[in-house]
Amino acid sequence: MSQFLQVLLSGLATGSIYALVAIGFTLVWQAAQTVNFAQGEFVMLPAFFVLAGMSLFGLPFWTALLFGLAVSVVVLGLMFKKLVAEPILPHGGITLIIATMALGILLKESVKEFYSAEAQPFPSIFPNDPINVFGAVLSMQDILNLVLSLAIVVALTLFLNRTRTGRCMQATAQNPAVAEILGVNVKRMILYAFLINAALAALASFLITPVYLAKFSNGETLGLIAFIAAIVGGFNQIRGALVGGLLIGVLDNLTAAYVTAEYRAALPLVLLIGIILVRPQGIMGTSEGRAV
Amino acid sequence: MNGRRRTLFILGLLVLAIAAPIGQGNYIIYVLTSWLVFAIAAMGLNLTLGYAGQISLAQASFMAIGAYVTSLLTLAGWHWILTLPLALIACFVVGLLLGYPALRVKGHFLAFVTLAFNTLVFLVLRNEDWLTGGSYGLVGMPRPDFGLFSTMKQLHFYYFTLGVTVLAALAMWGIVRSPWGRAFKALRENPIRAESLGVDTRRITLLAFAIGSAFGGLAGTLIAPLVQFIEPGSFGLAHSLRILLMVVVGGSGYFFGPFLGAAVVILLPEVLRFTEGYYLIIYSALVIVMLVFVPSGLIGVWGRLREKFWPRHQVRADMKEGAGLK
Repeated sequence: MSQFLQVLLSGLATGSIYALVAIGFTLVWQAAQTVNFAQGEFVMLPAFFVLAGMSLFGLPFWTALLFGLAVSVVVLGLMFKKLVAEPILPHGGITLIIATMALGILLKESVKEFYSAEAQPFPSIFPNDPINVFGAVLSMQDILNLVLSLAIVVALTLFLNRTRTGRCMQATAQNPAVAEILGVNVKRMILYAFLINAALAALASFLITPVYLAKFSNGETLGLIAFIAAIVGGFNQIRGALVGGLLIGVLDNLTAAYVTAEYRAALPLVLLIGIILVRPQGIMGTSEGRAV
Repeated sequence: MNGRRRTLFILGLLVLAIAAPIGQGNYIIYVLTSWLVFAIAAMGLNLTLGYAGQISLAQASFMAIGAYVTSLLTLAGWHWILTLPLALIACFVVGLLLGYPALRVKGHFLAFVTLAFNTLVFLVLRNEDWLTGGSYGLVGMPRPDFGLFSTMKQLHFYYFTLGVTVLAALAMWGIVRSPWGRAFKALRENPIRAESLGVDTRRITLLAFAIGSAFGGLAGTLIAPLVQFIEPGSFGLAHSLRILLMVVVGGSGYFFGPFLGAAVVILLPEVLRFTEGYYLIIYSALVIVMLVFVPSGLIGVWGRLREKFWPRHQVRADMKEGAGLK
């Protein structure tokens, strides 16, 4: 029982970080109908910004985190929107999806060539002391990761539901034309979605990199898991992405612990196909109907 | 370009393809052969992406299925030609099974499902080592021997591959011109109108994906005897992306786009060898720049230049169709 609890809680901790990535992904999808295939690389990169800040400019760790967050928002939010998404979107969704795939390769290979192909240690934000919860031994890091990611999700939900800007963003996501008529600055709301996505990716990066080490190839699995979490939970819902992320984190850990470690990576696929067959709109999603 | 000039143009290309390897070393012939193999895989993906408008990220896994089926059977003593239909059918059926759930939902679900499928195939090939040899892979597949014409020599294998490529291209030409092919195009240009005209969009898209996957399998059955060594790592996600980018760079939705794209992707690393590790960085940056300015690919560049310098010439009919990729 205590082992089960341990597996469950550490799964929730990883799952909550997946959820952050999945939420960013969902936001960009809603705002610009853009499927960002470089999302995994967006999570890989901020950790390297922090490392570069520490080694190149000699910043202390906490300042370097802020530096990494700021650079991520500018590069992965603003520049991604202005230089890639905006000019390509008029050519069609598929063209943009392929461009984000090329962008993923570009980011990954750049880190490999210009920084290092080796995994880099990344300082942990939280102490990694083991603590005892009902007989289960957990790391403090896991618990605090879980708490912090949930806090970020709650803050984001409050922002989207309770503030004027947040509601304008939701209106833009639901119907850009009507939102524009009602006086919402649609372009700015779309930009906000990109910026928030970049910030969420950076936060997820800071939380997950101490566990996985900073490596150029980190994005491959993370990106896929985030997509699947978003689809499983429900593409048009923030709480859906949260549920999807937590579910995949927990199931992944349970499979590895009790069923098979070799095919652990196959679990998201099985879940994805199962959900598409049974409930294509996702667990929490509302059906949009099939417009062809 | 009118019909006669097009025939001349295609014949010219064929003569060029026949003459290209003569007097070249084994390595150059090897590179040219792999260009043809990847052109076949890209041609299949072009049907899925360029004509039916769906992204598949599993073309490398279909190559893997084709390659492993052929390798296992030829190693067990079968003739290559007998393994071919099995490999094609296997890929077609897997394509149907994979595409069916994904295409039930709107949006780009096929992209995600195929992305995950690629990972799954890689895992199975690596973990089931009783069958696939695990990460050591399979070695020493014999090249097909047709009595009078043995393909053991590199040059002979090239001509054999060229023959298969021409047949595959003819088959694709037939598919694109058939009522199915027209339905694929209708679907890409305007799905709502296609559906209202009675095209069963879901079934047609599924079919395009499955046929495209079978072309991937064909490429796989050729790559196994070409390299005579296969391992799971040669069919990873990165390779699926590579094939996808071939289609896009060449010009998706154009019949000859995949050939051009495969040439660029296979030959460019040889030319840019001096850039060493920076090759992929340069390449992916160029792809993004190209998508910003000429989303219809390199064939689109040519079309644009033609229009600029010889505006009175009639643009090739199949070019006009390709430009509307959405």
